[in-house]
Amino acid sequence: MINSSSKISIERVSKYFGRGSDQVRALANIELDVQENEFVTLVGASGCGKSTLLRILSGLETIDEGAIRVDGQSIDGPGVDRAMVFQHYSLYPWLTVRQNIQFSRRLKTNRRDLSSSAVEVASGRADALLRLMGLTHVADAYPNQLSGGMQQRVAIARALQGKPSILLMDEPFGALDAQTREVMHDLILHVHALEKSTIVFVTHDVEEAIYLGHRVVLMAPRPGRIDTIYDVPLPAVRNPEMKLAPEFTALKREILARIRETSGMKTDLEMLEQLTRTAA
Amino acid sequence: MSTTEHASARKMLAPRVETKTRSAPLWAVRGEISRRAYIGFALTGLIVPLLAWWALSLSGLVDPTFMPGPGAVVHRLASWWTDDGLADDICISVYRVVGGWALSAVFALPLGLLIGTFRPVQALLEPLTDFIRYMPAVAFIPLVMLWIGIDEGSKIAIIFIGTFFQMVLMIAENVRAVPIAQIEAALTMGATREEMIRLVIFPSSRPAIVDTLRITMGWAWTYLVVAELVAANSGLGYAILKAQRYLQTDRIFGGILLIGLIGLLIDQAFRLVHRLCFGKWMAKR
Repeated sequence: MINSSSKISIERVSKYFGRGSDQVRALANIELDVQENEFVTLVGASGCGKSTLLRILSGLETIDEGAIRVDGQSIDGPGVDRAMVFQHYSLYPWLTVRQNIQFSRRLKTNRRDLSSSAVEVASGRADALLRLMGLTHVADAYPNQLSGGMQQRVAIARALQGKPSILLMDEPFGALDAQTREVMHDLILHVHALEKSTIVFVTHDVEEAIYLGHRVVLMAPRPGRIDTIYDVPLPAVRNPEMKLAPEFTALKREILARIRETSGMKTDLEMLEQLTRTAA
Repeated sequence: MSTTEHASARKMLAPRVETKTRSAPLWAVRGEISRRAYIGFALTGLIVPLLAWWALSLSGLVDPTFMPGPGAVVHRLASWWTDDGLADDICISVYRVVGGWALSAVFALPLGLLIGTFRPVQALLEPLTDFIRYMPAVAFIPLVMLWIGIDEGSKIAIIFIGTFFQMVLMIAENVRAVPIAQIEAALTMGATREEMIRLVIFPSSRPAIVDTLRITMGWAWTYLVVAELVAANSGLGYAILKAQRYLQTDRIFGGILLIGLIGLLIDQAFRLVHRLCFGKWMAKR
């Protein structure tokens, strides 16, 4: 099961919230290997632990059982090799777009052995990222002056600044409107092709998960676990037309049905029916 | 993207709906009003009570001993300025209030930052602070006189007691209001605890803290009269207390109005600082 060549290996990971009789098993025996340069998307009904799993990978949450290895090394807290993009409110509004992207340079961890040439490289990288994200014209603007989509571009650029080998994204486009989201999808695919990073992407949007992912990991709640892993039957290079392809819609239908089955919504419906019966 | 579409759509419709937008609803729930309308309402709110006061005193319905008219108050302020050292009273009172408030701020800032950042510090200090802040500052006067004496220090101490404990809790709350995503983003970028406070938490909470400092400055002024109960022989609060003894209601009115006016000026100065320091990046598009 354990694959020594994988980029990330998650081995029998369990996580509990609360204690005593209130204890909830947020994640139960999660097993997942992510390959170098792979794009994996996590979907599932609310409470399935997909965000918790991502936060564990980032080092923001600890695990109670099991092990997480990145490049064969077990992780201990956050690390600059794993960058995270949050849904919103993560930018620093008092800094300009460029200062936000270069924020990590103010931190000692990234300054420790930085020669002047390395600093030059870093500012060159900031310029490159501004261009890549289409942010050059707003480099000196403040985040509050930008639209939600532009703000997320800044957040992605900031995450990429330190050349992380892993990019973790927690519903990064969840607060954007549909049109902006489509633009961002192609942008992130472009970034993935260019940066050759490994991406783990959490979303509640099944179409987004299929369009972006090489594999879609479906998680189920109570306890949070991996239900099914789907290989996406699409060519490596994606384009929006593919969303209308029969294999795309078929997979979408299958995943949506499985989410409904595992979400517990059916039991809620049954309970509601039972209630109406007793009332009548 | 959709906003630009809306904007252009509005522009296209503009000639037809112009007459309607002119009469923007003044009483819309949480609606916006023009700057002119705002100033108009603000002046009305200030002038109407003044006129009512003036009319009441002219009508002869109330004894001027109890309620002097605006004219008498202005007259008293003028003679206070020329003969009774009003300028000195103002200076010493401003010194006491600002002194007590600044002393509070010096301690409340680091403590509030620590309480809002670290749970153990919060557990250690917040219940205690909550407990003390309910104690009446006036009741501390005998203790303050015993411990500090009756000179300037004791007046500043009373204002300190009145403002410090509220200020700590408010700053702690400002610090806790920093979005967790800002903190977690810095964590994933490798920030240490010290860097987190210096580069994220403090800069992020600055606007709210300046607001807290502005509000607590107002509270510091309300403790002035209390502070000048302690063996004072100058100051606006002291003058008000002394005027009571001689039934100089015009001086009481003048002193109270003056404190209000100084407070208003300081408040506006804070708002100006807030706008100058944070306006650029806080403004929404």
